[in-house]
Amino acid sequence: MTADKQKLEAKWSAYKETQKRENRKYLLLSAAGILTVLTLWQAVVMMGLVDSKLLPPPTVVLQTLMDKIYSTVPDGNTLGTNIIASLKVALSGFFVAIIIGVPLGLLMGWWTYADRFIRPIFELVRPVPPIAWIPLVVVWMGVGLKAKALIIFFTAFVPCVINSYTGIKLTSQVLIDVSRTFGAPNWLIFWKIGIPSSLPMVFAGIRVALGNSWSTLVAAEMLAASAGLGYMIQIGRTVARPDIVIVGMVVIGAIGAILSSILSRCEKYFLRWKVNR
Amino acid sequence: MPDNENRPVKVEVKNLTKRFGDLLVLDDMSFNIRKGEFVCVVGPTGCGKSTFLNCLTRIHMPSAGDIYIDGVPANPRKHNISFVFQEPSALPWQTVEQNISYGLKIKKVPQDEINRRVNQILDLMGLQESRKAYPGELSVSAEQRIIIGRSFAMQPDLLLMDEPYGQMDVKMRFYLEDEVIRLWKELGSTVIFITHNIEEAVYLAEKVLILTNKPAKIKEEVYIDLPRPRDITSPEFIHYRNYITDKIKWW
Repeated sequence: MTADKQKLEAKWSAYKETQKRENRKYLLLSAAGILTVLTLWQAVVMMGLVDSKLLPPPTVVLQTLMDKIYSTVPDGNTLGTNIIASLKVALSGFFVAIIIGVPLGLLMGWWTYADRFIRPIFELVRPVPPIAWIPLVVVWMGVGLKAKALIIFFTAFVPCVINSYTGIKLTSQVLIDVSRTFGAPNWLIFWKIGIPSSLPMVFAGIRVALGNSWSTLVAAEMLAASAGLGYMIQIGRTVARPDIVIVGMVVIGAIGAILSSILSRCEKYFLRWKVNR
Repeated sequence: MPDNENRPVKVEVKNLTKRFGDLLVLDDMSFNIRKGEFVCVVGPTGCGKSTFLNCLTRIHMPSAGDIYIDGVPANPRKHNISFVFQEPSALPWQTVEQNISYGLKIKKVPQDEINRRVNQILDLMGLQESRKAYPGELSVSAEQRIIIGRSFAMQPDLLLMDEPYGQMDVKMRFYLEDEVIRLWKELGSTVIFITHNIEEAVYLAEKVLILTNKPAKIKEEVYIDLPRPRDITSPEFIHYRNYITDKIKWW
């Protein structure tokens, strides 16, 4: 028995070794993909196929990126200040949407009374595009952080509610019955069965919400801002600096990817029990 | 008369009737189950076996009549009832030991008693090594062992099993049947085991309740007076099996 176990463990670690090697190989492939695109871009500009005033080559973009770390030209902020300003707006809207949206969806999905009470209002508000709220929001709260965060909130709120609602509706009846025969009251079943079983869908919703928040950022920062990546892009456009615009886009893309990978880690931790058999 | 007739009555089913709209599923069933008895319920497919169990646990309310446990109408909040469902029902987000203690925590059993019982069950079910694993990481049969262990850990007044081995292959079924008998003997629980497999019923039961086709009534109670472990090839075993098969065939 123990000898078998040792053998199994040896095999397992050998398997993990090969997996690691495979992963390294794929990582190399991904890097090569990005490099290819950059090379093509550089070549297209250098060969004069595209005007470098309209599309600066990657080398120039990289140079601008480096400069922007210290320089406040042309938008009046360093890159760091812009990133922090944008993160503040996007994340505050995003987190408030999770804190309100997820419990709301869960309650609606579990208790029919909550569903019947809230659902009509929600269904009426849901189809209104978040951008359409901008004029009202400006009238209500001006153009500060709160106003911008509220716009982000509207885009992130809807997927949080819908996914939590659907997720908890899909709770397996057998697991509810198991708890009921053990004599568990409804709120305990909600807590012990409903919430954990809805988590995969909730996380899918949060992922959509994160994507929405980050991509609505530029729109939100069109509401008169004095800092932020969207603001930086706007200024880059007015002063005809496509390199600044592209730096803004690249940074938005990169931070989006980082946020998404942080979310993946959280998801992996909370859903560590989820194994495909 | 077999010795279980001397034990006190645990479950008393009186005129149990269940209708879904116009559809009469259970028709005026009455019978008793004694303390520590292992009863198998057999009947044709779709005759209302599962409805009967669901009435016992109050997942459905009976349309007429009632079920008494120790003389009190059955109530999952008051009584200690465990149910092994046909479908896999381990909580996938809880480890093996958390799954086994799930019902005990709902019943607010003291923590040191929970630990003692969980350890006992882990030993009995051979799950000690995988106590920290999640059900999804184990085989389907191990998951079924978790569920059976979870039910026995409750030391239930009444343990209900609804075709728990319906999805299993023959080898695994034989193995788990012996496990259930072992746990039942060790812990002295009262078990109602529903199956459409007559061989399984004769192998396990002290008493077999034969149901008629829908609407279900009790057709006959058969006492299986065979020593354990039972030999499924012995003439007496085959006699019981054929007898019950005939009863199910002729309604």
